[in-house]
Amino acid sequence: MTTKEFRELFPILTRKVYGKDLVYFDNAATSQRPRSVLDKFLTLSQESNANIYRAVHKLSAEATDAYEQAREAARAFVNAGSREEIIFTSGCTAAINTVAFSFGQAFVKAGDIVIVGEGEHHSNLVPWQLLCERAGATLKILPIDDKGHWDLSVLKRLLAEGCPVAAAQRVKLVAVTHISNVLGLVNPVEELIRLSHAAGAPVLVDGAQGIVHERVDVQAMDCDFYAFSGHKVYAATGTGVLYGKKQWLEQMPPFLSGGEMVGTVTLEHADFAGLPHKFEAGTGNFASIATFPEAFETALLAREPEIANAYEEVCAYLEDALRARGDLRLYGESETFRGEAGPTGAYRRAGVFSFTIDGVHHEDVAQVLDKMGVAVRSGLMCAEPVIRHFGVSGMVRASLAPYNTMEEAEYFIKCLDKAINLLR
Amino acid sequence: MTIAEKQAELVEAFSEFDEWLDKYEYLIEMGKALPSFPEEKKTDERLIKGCQSRVWLDAQTVDGKVVFSADSDAIITRGIIAMLIDVYSNRTPEEILQADDQFIDKIGLRENLSPTRQNGLLSMMQTIRQLAETAAQA
Ligand SMILES: Cc1ncc(COP(=O)(O)O)c(C=O)c1O
Repeated sequence: MTTKEFRELFPILTRKVYGKDLVYFDNAATSQRPRSVLDKFLTLSQESNANIYRAVHKLSAEATDAYEQAREAARAFVNAGSREEIIFTSGCTAAINTVAFSFGQAFVKAGDIVIVGEGEHHSNLVPWQLLCERAGATLKILPIDDKGHWDLSVLKRLLAEGCPVAAAQRVKLVAVTHISNVLGLVNPVEELIRLSHAAGAPVLVDGAQGIVHERVDVQAMDCDFYAFSGHKVYAATGTGVLYGKKQWLEQMPPFLSGGEMVGTVTLEHADFAGLPHKFEAGTGNFASIATFPEAFETALLAREPEIANAYEEVCAYLEDALRARGDLRLYGESETFRGEAGPTGAYRRAGVFSFTIDGVHHEDVAQVLDKMGVAVRSGLMCAEPVIRHFGVSGMVRASLAPYNTMEEAEYFIKCLDKAINLLR
Repeated sequence: MTIAEKQAELVEAFSEFDEWLDKYEYLIEMGKALPSFPEEKKTDERLIKGCQSRVWLDAQTVDGKVVFSADSDAIITRGIIAMLIDVYSNRTPEEILQADDQFIDKIGLRENLSPTRQNGLLSMMQTIRQLAETAAQA
């Protein structure tokens, strides 16, 4: 399949804005949905709308089937060991909060330590701040350097401090992003997980961006939790997945409660259903979740060599064109990461380009580009500490998907030149 | 020229352009023509809340009239505040408080700004009225 054919799967990409062809470069915020996903949502809503799990009738059975097929699709997509390890949530934020509350309640006590990256989205920072406040624990930061790379020597120190003796392990969790939504670099999560596990600390990976660009294999990665949203990976909005290792999920109390997540309920007490239902209180977002099989198929299609290679060329062109401007600062340096096991694919840039331009305000750039038909993000991008790290008040972000073409990239660069001239 | 006449003139001027890019350009030119604003006046008290880009607005009363000056770190925002100053500055507090701001919608400015900037615009108008009220009471 060619990029052109792949692109044709997405009806929205033919639309015009202000009379101009839409160039959608805000994929890191939300990706567009292929026809197959839209159709699945509509068909299920029209033909099989019913409450999942709860009834014996035909529609409920169909809806439940579709929901469980989505679970199998998600399991296969991240190569989880079993369906019990796949918890459906309303999104990545909800998945992370589930761990912050539930794992937090079970395992994080006063005096303990939680480590988070400096480069996190607020969704993988604020829940840990709040947990530490609730528990009387301490939040420690794994810093990034000016290339946007982790300083793993600090991690080693934090882990060693937290664990002076094996019996007194105080680092209860390390929570980091697979790919930052600002810097767009693939972080060396495998190395971090190895180091953390060696010190006895489990790791949560925020995969909101990682799931889009990387082949995620949670067993090979050996992460303890992996969280992502559906709407960034071609599925319907209001959907997400929390992968968790069974050994942890089994020890964790429910976060929300009610509905089908219980076993036996008396007026005084309830015992809880098994995994994954223990963590799925209330009626699930079934028609949206059920778009997972089609969404993940689309993601796999985009990874086939013909499309993937064309996409890499588009990204390489953009990187060069942006770097060619002396007045533009592109954040995050892509380079090969050498871990203790040798070179890895980490610190590659994955389609996300955040930059500032001397003397021009980021919001002005985004506003003018919008009128040219180009959709980009500007501002703090829900990751204020990362933006502040680089000493600026905001950035412009162009984030691509494999359906974006070289023509669009060239048009974007032309528009950017025009916008800068207008705004100076 | 009264406030209403000035507003009508602006609506007319913007209607000359079909494309919003050209309207922005017109706004940007207004922003560039705004007299420079002393750095020492860029204080937190003069900062308008509710804007993503920073906007400082100052008011002085000269011979019974409110004289506004302003600056912003973003050029489109600077253009917007320049336009508001063009309309409301150098007027008596009563004139300012009696005037409406429907010309903004007639230009189509509100719907052609991002939601954060729409909020910013609202805050700018509120601040102008507050400063006029303060001047009226002084
Ligand atoms: C890295 C990262 N983490 C978490 C999130 C939160 O995702 P959601 O808003 O879908 O819950 C995002 C989305 O912007 C993200 O980019």
